[in-house]
Amino acid sequence: MTSKPLKQIHLAAHFPGVNNTTVWSDPKAGSHIEFSSFAHFARTAERAKFDFLFLAEGLRLREQGGKIYDLDVVGRPDTFTVLAALAAVTEHLGLTGTINSTFNEPYEVARQFASLDHLSGGRSAWNVVTSWDAFTGENFRRGGFLPQEERYSRAKEFLATANELFDSWHGDEILADPATGVFLRDAKAGSFVHSGQHFDIHGQFNVPRSPQGRPVIFQAGDSEEGREFAASSADAIFSRHATLEGGQAFYTDVKNRLAKYGRRHDELLILPAASFVLADTDEEAGELAKEVRRQQVSGATALKHLEFVWNRDLSSYDPEGPLPDIDPDVSADHISKGRAQVRMYRDPLATAREWRELAAANNWSIRDLVIETGNRQNFIGSPATVARTINEYVQADASDGFILVPHITPTGLDVFADKVVPLLQEQGVFRTDYEGPTLRHHLGLALPHSRLRSSGGTPMDDLRDEERVVS
Amino acid sequence: MSSTPAFPLHLAVALEGTGWHPASWREQVARPRELFTAGYWADLVAEAERGLLDFVTFEDGLGLQSSLPQSRLRSTGGTPIGELDGRTDQVRGRLDAVLTASRVAPLTRHIGLVPTVIATHTEPFHISKAIATLDYVSNGRAGLRVQISARPHEAYHFGRRTFPPINLDELRTPAGQERLTDLFDEAADYVEVVRRLWDSWEDDAEIRDVATGRFVDRDKLHYIDFEGRFFSVKGPSITPRPPQGQPLVTALAHQTVPYRLVARQADVGYVTPHDAEQARAIVAEIRAEQEAAGRTGELPYVFGDLVVFLDDDQAAAEDRRARLDALAGEPYTSDARIFTGTPAQLADVLQELAAEGLSGFRLRPAVAGHDLPAITRGLVPELQRRGAFRAAYEADTLRGLLGLPRPANRYAAATA
Repeated sequence: MTSKPLKQIHLAAHFPGVNNTTVWSDPKAGSHIEFSSFAHFARTAERAKFDFLFLAEGLRLREQGGKIYDLDVVGRPDTFTVLAALAAVTEHLGLTGTINSTFNEPYEVARQFASLDHLSGGRSAWNVVTSWDAFTGENFRRGGFLPQEERYSRAKEFLATANELFDSWHGDEILADPATGVFLRDAKAGSFVHSGQHFDIHGQFNVPRSPQGRPVIFQAGDSEEGREFAASSADAIFSRHATLEGGQAFYTDVKNRLAKYGRRHDELLILPAASFVLADTDEEAGELAKEVRRQQVSGATALKHLEFVWNRDLSSYDPEGPLPDIDPDVSADHISKGRAQVRMYRDPLATAREWRELAAANNWSIRDLVIETGNRQNFIGSPATVARTINEYVQADASDGFILVPHITPTGLDVFADKVVPLLQEQGVFRTDYEGPTLRHHLGLALPHSRLRSSGGTPMDDLRDEERVVS
Repeated sequence: MSSTPAFPLHLAVALEGTGWHPASWREQVARPRELFTAGYWADLVAEAERGLLDFVTFEDGLGLQSSLPQSRLRSTGGTPIGELDGRTDQVRGRLDAVLTASRVAPLTRHIGLVPTVIATHTEPFHISKAIATLDYVSNGRAGLRVQISARPHEAYHFGRRTFPPINLDELRTPAGQERLTDLFDEAADYVEVVRRLWDSWEDDAEIRDVATGRFVDRDKLHYIDFEGRFFSVKGPSITPRPPQGQPLVTALAHQTVPYRLVARQADVGYVTPHDAEQARAIVAEIRAEQEAAGRTGELPYVFGDLVVFLDDDQAAAEDRRARLDALAGEPYTSDARIFTGTPAQLADVLQELAAEGLSGFRLRPAVAGHDLPAITRGLVPELQRRGAFRAAYEADTLRGLLGLPRPANRYAAATA
């Protein structure tokens, strides 16, 4: 590391969504749906010069045992609509939203992202996710129409089609010259034809080229297919590998896949989600972290969590007592609906065995086990410790930065902005001010080239070279 | 007009590009190069709010604009692209209306924001949460204007359905009416789903009960279980019930089939009478449809739509219209009555039409940069002098401005 220049850290803020990491019972916890909460959160992120705000999405309320899951924060806004409103209360902050490629159509989503990019002056980003399940499909016209094995092929074609739409305008078509009466240089502006397995569409796209050309593309899946999809098509990965070793392994794996798509190492950023607990000293932060974990995992939450694995109604068990000695039910349809988390436990019998052994060895109750094996905060300590650790992780290529998920809405980011960011700035690893207007500037990504020719006959590649934003 | 009307008028403005006249973008005040920026829309809505207007609507469409009249579609024949006019001398391209409204919401405080949504090709689940969210970001000022799309080229953008071209004469045939009825029935189902989803959370569903660990009371969340001819939707929404409970639902209507949609599903219908007699007939037809549908209680408001060229003297307005028509190469025509004259003359017309049962008006500025300020700084003071328009915003929500109550939740009522 001696001669290597220090990497610049990318930081983003994840508005806490639907999960049991958000501590809604804390007296400081405010509304998770009022716009003032989103505005506060976004302004804090912008004050701290973060790259972007991240917003997840859900399209069906989760269920467990046939009933709506009622223990976690639930209820969230529409992604596009709240991001557009946040563009009015921020000037620089990138606005990243998760939008599903299954229960949407490319023309509409491309219109929405191009519009958001115009309305924010070039700050939009799209986290492309897939879903195929009939459970979510029950809220949509086509129902659960997509077999699981086709989810990535649809996502890839969806993104490719959206890119064709974004590129259907080159940026020089609108003349709007009152004197000559020419508004549009080219009557065929926005023309596109796409014929593929999932989409057979043609016509003219009706949003002119936006400041960034296309939104920045994020990808969030961790499967083999997801990693390939990201390596081929994404600008950044929203990963969950926030430990040093796990992060390094993932980082190496994904970055090594880029070459086969003709892409450079720096054309794909790895940004894991990470949580944190800050206090004046490391000891106090450690104590606080334990308290937060207990708040996150109530007895009722612990039992519901165990049901993911056991796939049985465990409501008669005492969360402060021992683990069930019956085995998971692997024969039935899953008790939990609408949760990606459940897929983590691929071998429930083995997991149950392992958990029983762990609990017995440590004398853990059900609740202790869920707390100890569940989501731990990634960065715990004084501001100096957390700043140092984050920097070490980034310099050691465990990531290119982090998407921070506070556990308190909407003020959970404030202390990080006030205490940790200045230390990172002092170390010269984080910006002290924004250097350009668009999210691509913040992330050091080039503006995408339009593959097409402008109507005036100028090869677009000549024009676009001037538009590279990386210095 | 010295008499004070029994109730004040409601006034809305329909925002469309640089204005409704196709040559409006060539006017000095038009700012055509800023059409795709937030600042342009923020300025227009701020002007409308300065004039104390009830709300603005935002036009939208899922394809490029075209000035080909429907009646000429068939004669152009051939490919679906041929349905577009291929013109380069008019504004083409537009931003998503819901996002534009949302972008403007935090910059305004009182005025209602009513974007257009296309029921034919979009998902009611997505639109329900989008308008609920617009209601949150505007603190209770959201609405929607529901529209159908029968345009073949827009269907090709989605690739899921095909619509053969149709002209106005064909629309009047039984087959044409059947097609139209299907599209409007689908729109009616769409609005029904959107409305049920808004109610699918009771207002007090969020309980944060630390003792039991429950964040929500699941008994106050409701499956809507909508099953219809065109789609089915399970629910509940992912977005809690919006501040207004039910944001404003509006629709433009020109004949019986869409009047039925207004009568059954809308809070506000926009209609296009060209004189007092037509206004009376339209209002009567909508009221009759409403009775036939058994819709009791809250009545839909009926707003008259007018395109306006407003100047301090009539000759100036007429000159301006003639100059724009010359630039466009043909006289401007519209589904709505085109008014050309002074604010005082327009106030007379509005009061005359209102006497026939119209509750308000949605004015379409011929040139946004000129006619919108003429409305807010000319027409509004004139109506205020006559006691026919508010002197200050009297409510914080759009429903409040229109004097509409916050509706009870249909599901809460069912379980009470």
